Amino acid sequence: MTDRKTKSGAPTISRRRALQVGAGVVGAAAASTVSAPAVLAATKKIRIGHVSPRTGPLAPFAVADTFAIGQVREKYKNGLKIGNETYEVEIISKDSQSNPNRAAEVAADLILKDKVNIMCVGNTPETTNPVGDQCEANDVPCVSSLAPWQPWFFTRGGKPGQGFKWTYHFFWGLEDIIGVFLNMWDSLDTNKQVAGLFPNDGDGNAWGDKKLGLPPALAKRGYTVTDPGRYQNLSDDFSAQIAAFKKANCEIVTGVVIPPDFTTFWKQARQQGFRPKAASVGKAILFPTSVEALGKDGHNLSSEVWWTPSHPFKSSMTGQSCAELAAAFEASTKRQWSQPVGFAHALFEVVFDVLGRTKDVGSNESILEAIVKTKMDTIVGPVDWTKGGPFKNVSKTPLVGGQWRFVDKKHKYDLVIVNNKTAPNIPVGGKMEPLG
Amino acid sequence: MQWVDTVIQGVLLGGLYALFATGLSLIFGVMRLVNIAHGDLIVVASFAALAVAEGFGMHPLITLLAVVPLMFGLGYVLQRGILNLTLGKDILPPLLVTFGLSIIIQNGLLEVFTADSQKLKAGAIETMSLQIFGGISVGVLPVITFVAAVLVIAGLQLLFFRTMLGSAFRATSDDPDTARLMGIDNRHVFALAMAVSLAVVALAGVLLGVRTNFDPSIGPGRLLYAFEAVIIGGLGSLWGTLAGGVILGVAQSIGARIDPGLQILAGHIAFLIILIVRPRGLFPRAVD
Repeated sequence: MTDRKTKSGAPTISRRRALQVGAGVVGAAAASTVSAPAVLAATKKIRIGHVSPRTGPLAPFAVADTFAIGQVREKYKNGLKIGNETYEVEIISKDSQSNPNRAAEVAADLILKDKVNIMCVGNTPETTNPVGDQCEANDVPCVSSLAPWQPWFFTRGGKPGQGFKWTYHFFWGLEDIIGVFLNMWDSLDTNKQVAGLFPNDGDGNAWGDKKLGLPPALAKRGYTVTDPGRYQNLSDDFSAQIAAFKKANCEIVTGVVIPPDFTTFWKQARQQGFRPKAASVGKAILFPTSVEALGKDGHNLSSEVWWTPSHPFKSSMTGQSCAELAAAFEASTKRQWSQPVGFAHALFEVVFDVLGRTKDVGSNESILEAIVKTKMDTIVGPVDWTKGGPFKNVSKTPLVGGQWRFVDKKHKYDLVIVNNKTAPNIPVGGKMEPLG
Repeated sequence: MQWVDTVIQGVLLGGLYALFATGLSLIFGVMRLVNIAHGDLIVVASFAALAVAEGFGMHPLITLLAVVPLMFGLGYVLQRGILNLTLGKDILPPLLVTFGLSIIIQNGLLEVFTADSQKLKAGAIETMSLQIFGGISVGVLPVITFVAAVLVIAGLQLLFFRTMLGSAFRATSDDPDTARLMGIDNRHVFALAMAVSLAVVALAGVLLGVRTNFDPSIGPGRLLYAFEAVIIGGLGSLWGTLAGGVILGVAQSIGARIDPGLQILAGHIAFLIILIVRPRGLFPRAVD
């Protein structure tokens, strides 16, 4: 009714203006219902935004998020004390449905509707990048992890000298993974012929790149890569690749493969008589369930290791050691620990460390100031944005190499660290063994 | 010799595609229903087999004894309870309903089984292989899949042309109104067709689950090849569907042999060429 009145009564007002007024009225109404309880509440509130791929193909990552949020809510149920003031803590976690567009949408919601003070996000560039971009556009501080730093930095248009203003990231990079793989292979006796499996997706193209990817880096250390070319994900047949690898007499397999494709490849390789001495692949064997899917054929597959219960670090939030955190996760979820568990926890460690050091929680600039000065020890190792990592905004965490060992006890498979040349403070649990 | 190997692997891959496609071909043939949820139903069968295999400690191939009847029943109920209501002159409602069903199934599976990648563990048979001539080895499992596809299609062919039920299927397909005048209950016949279709889907799901990992989101990816196999072979023709699957499999293998980037593209190109040369597929069933 009011709308029509505006239109007919004042013909000079354009349709757009009328819509803006209308939206303003609705917005004000919504805002008043949201802020009403806050006014009534005695304490002030801090809102932490969190985006997590709870459904869709990336959902296995989010299991660690749910557990971490549960731990944080328990720890801060009586509020967080900053200076002399106690703040009520509200963590608002929204589902990205494993879709980058949706991730951007819910991030915008968190910023504009829920008015979060700080954002945290993890779990692959598909989640961290759109959320980071929204924060950058809306001047909201954001802490992220669980995505190699190159796709996080360069894909978002980061310029080396300049970096970003509002978004800060901690994780390792592709140079670390290459170093770890090479160190593991060097400890075996092979002919240095490497089979490369690179799909036609963001990761596959980055890893397989002839100039910046694995092939030139491996060539420097005397390894030759046989790369038959990019294939489509969810392929049902790898006979062509296997034939090419057999022809080149490859003894090592590497690549960045999604779990179903690696299973298909690995089974077909056995069926067609291709038996390499080492297989170090990213993505495919991150979660224990993916390795279990291979039956006994997963024994001694190797991968990069970012976090295990035997890492020598401690939580700054709960005081738990890595082993204790993993045990708590297993008790609560009835699942074997996985590498994201440590990082999902560390993300909140950083957020609360930052908030604790913030002078004025109501000001985004003030929170940002605290983020920039972050220098702390977390359950995944030191996080330090003061010294400007490889680039401003990036702090690198240590990476080592490990092998899955078939043990068939409480866990079907254990991830054993076999090479720590890149981070000697993380203890090894065994020696690199060739595949059977 | 390597090209012979490529073609053989392609033919075996075609068996898998044909198995995915047979159920789709069957219901399209009988009631002109395009089931967008077909791929997701394959995944439902894989998860059902997983639940039975882990619950009773059974070998995945033995779970077929339980999963096939289960999916048969599900098919009957699904058609009778939901899809029959959408059938009519307009082909859009069943399409939309099965599309919605696809989303419901994916999220339902996610709730129950989580997003974890699963696999049916069949032991040594997974990696066993047979040496055939010239140093070419083929996996036992792909051979079983291919043989299963041929047997299923032969069996359905017998069902269609040698039994009363088959006559009823063909009669309702040709002219549903006259079939009803002859005392055939269309609703029942359609429900049985969907039931048979899902029984085949059960077999496809179990073999897929033994072959590779599955999770609630992989269904739609399986639908595309099934569609192409059906259309290459000619709508409504079961042997045509097998031929379609094999053509698709061989085209993909040859493409991959040239460059793995061409694998999927080569299949699509073969599909397009056949659409241009024979717009109604290789072996279309009479005039629709």
